[in-house]
Amino acid sequence: MTSAAEDARLAAATARRQAMGRYVAHAILALGVLVFAFPIWITIVGSTHDVNTIGRGDVPLWFGAEAVTNYLSAWLTGGSAVRTTGGVPAWIMLWNSLNMAVLIAVGKIAISLLSAYAVVFFSFPGRMIAFWLIFITLMLPVEVRIIPTFEVMVNMGLINSMSGLVVPLIASATATLLFRQFFLTIPDEYVEAAKIDGAGPLRFFRDVVLPLSITNIAALFVILFIFGWNQYLWPLLIVSDKDLETVVVGMTKMIGSGDAQNEWNVIMATAVLAMVPPVAVVVLMQRWFVKGLTETEK
Amino acid sequence: MRLRKKVIFKGTALPWLLLLPQLIITGIFFFWPAGQAIYSSFLREDAFGLSREFVGLENFTDVLADPNYLAAGWNTVVFSSAVAITALAAALFLAVQADKAIRGANAYKTLLIWPYAVAPAVAAVLWLFMFHPQIGLFGRFLNGIGIQWDYKVNGNQAMLLVILAAAWKQVSYNFIFFLAGLQSIPRAVLEAAAIDGARPIRRFWTIIFPLLAPTSFFLLVVNIVYAFFDTFGIIHALTQGGPGQSTTTLIYKVYVDGVQNLNFGSSAAQSVILMAIVILLTAVQFRFIEKKVHY
Repeated sequence: MTSAAEDARLAAATARRQAMGRYVAHAILALGVLVFAFPIWITIVGSTHDVNTIGRGDVPLWFGAEAVTNYLSAWLTGGSAVRTTGGVPAWIMLWNSLNMAVLIAVGKIAISLLSAYAVVFFSFPGRMIAFWLIFITLMLPVEVRIIPTFEVMVNMGLINSMSGLVVPLIASATATLLFRQFFLTIPDEYVEAAKIDGAGPLRFFRDVVLPLSITNIAALFVILFIFGWNQYLWPLLIVSDKDLETVVVGMTKMIGSGDAQNEWNVIMATAVLAMVPPVAVVVLMQRWFVKGLTETEK
Repeated sequence: MRLRKKVIFKGTALPWLLLLPQLIITGIFFFWPAGQAIYSSFLREDAFGLSREFVGLENFTDVLADPNYLAAGWNTVVFSSAVAITALAAALFLAVQADKAIRGANAYKTLLIWPYAVAPAVAAVLWLFMFHPQIGLFGRFLNGIGIQWDYKVNGNQAMLLVILAAAWKQVSYNFIFFLAGLQSIPRAVLEAAAIDGARPIRRFWTIIFPLLAPTSFFLLVVNIVYAFFDTFGIIHALTQGGPGQSTTTLIYKVYVDGVQNLNFGSSAAQSVILMAIVILLTAVQFRFIEKKVHY
């Protein structure tokens, strides 16, 4: 038999145990956050020291005084103060990456919106064939067909051009499928009402479907911007012209064979510059990012 | 899958016009190259690149009998399973903690998801800064305590480093999905189990883990696909497939044979093999998603 006092004692013990569990959980999470942030910390700190400090191997854990010099050097010359590495100024590379990422994201969203609209709201001969032609491309990421795609690019004269960087990457089944999924949830009554009002298909697309899709477009934009910004293999193959170098590829080219004599402080500054835009997009647009991530994978 | 709409616009020209941009790009940059890859996987070029002859399945039998290719296949298995297991385990562990610490779960989410945005090649460089034998904090530390650490010489160390860099980047993705999965488990079920006297560890294995199984399986496929294809940048920036061939995975070998060695027949055959693997993985994933839709 349990008395009221006994009950209270048990309840207090449970509450204590739960609170204890929460503290442990917070401690583990804080540790996890530190472990995940540590590589970034080392890089940011490293980018504020002079080249000799890092070259000697005195790995600093706190900021130095060379931040302005290093970032200016990375931004303006791509780091050729110590030796001529043939580096590309970071501002050019960042500009190229920004162009590539935005064009890929906008291009993908535009063509996917149109094709999903056609597949969902029209009945026409060949509808299922069109859908499957798009759907099947899910299975062919650019990495598995690099060499033949590269040959196509050479034949079309698209090597070393922004269109060569962007166009082959903007066809994707994922975005089309996402919009198709969303369009299917638009109530039939909307179409009926639009028809009664005398709105044609293009008018309906512009006045009803597009405004309803804004959140989905935003979510997809975040995911696709990161996808575009982080492209590596494709720019590596397509671009040899320094004026078109993107920051992710350009930064790794600065490393070469990983020689200890590299201008590591400037490389670290460039790495930070390469990280800031996509990380900022994810953190600032977190809600859309999570939505985009979980919905594109459905 | 939902049935088609009751009310639908009519017309043939307009819908095809709307589909045209996507179909043209898909045709030129997907179907044409994929067809080319299949076609040239049956051809062989002579040493001077002057003529091509049909060799049947010889490229495939050569590739599959090539010890270097088999080694790359084995590297891919080791690399992908290590990346998937590490990234899934770490993410599940952290997500369970974040789910417990109800207050602040979202703050932790913000603090843990951003590595997703870091490009694979940049992630590789961050790990290089830590594990470089001369300038890296941990690289120097390991050498200081007498462990011969140099990932540019030791193949196992190189493999370990690319696994760590690849897993580090993937944890955030898995974390988001695990946390969403955990937060959708009804509290009442867990409380009922607690009242019945099930301890936290037991509650995890008998209730939470089975309910997370669909999420975990989905993530496993996604992680394997990631490790197969998206990690090219990590390997290229960190080890260039070396030392020797110890970090050359299948995708890296397609690149080396096609771009550097200009061995198009072999590279095409390898591409076709990779396509078969992707199609298999996608089919597995879709079968599973079909099931999820029905429940």
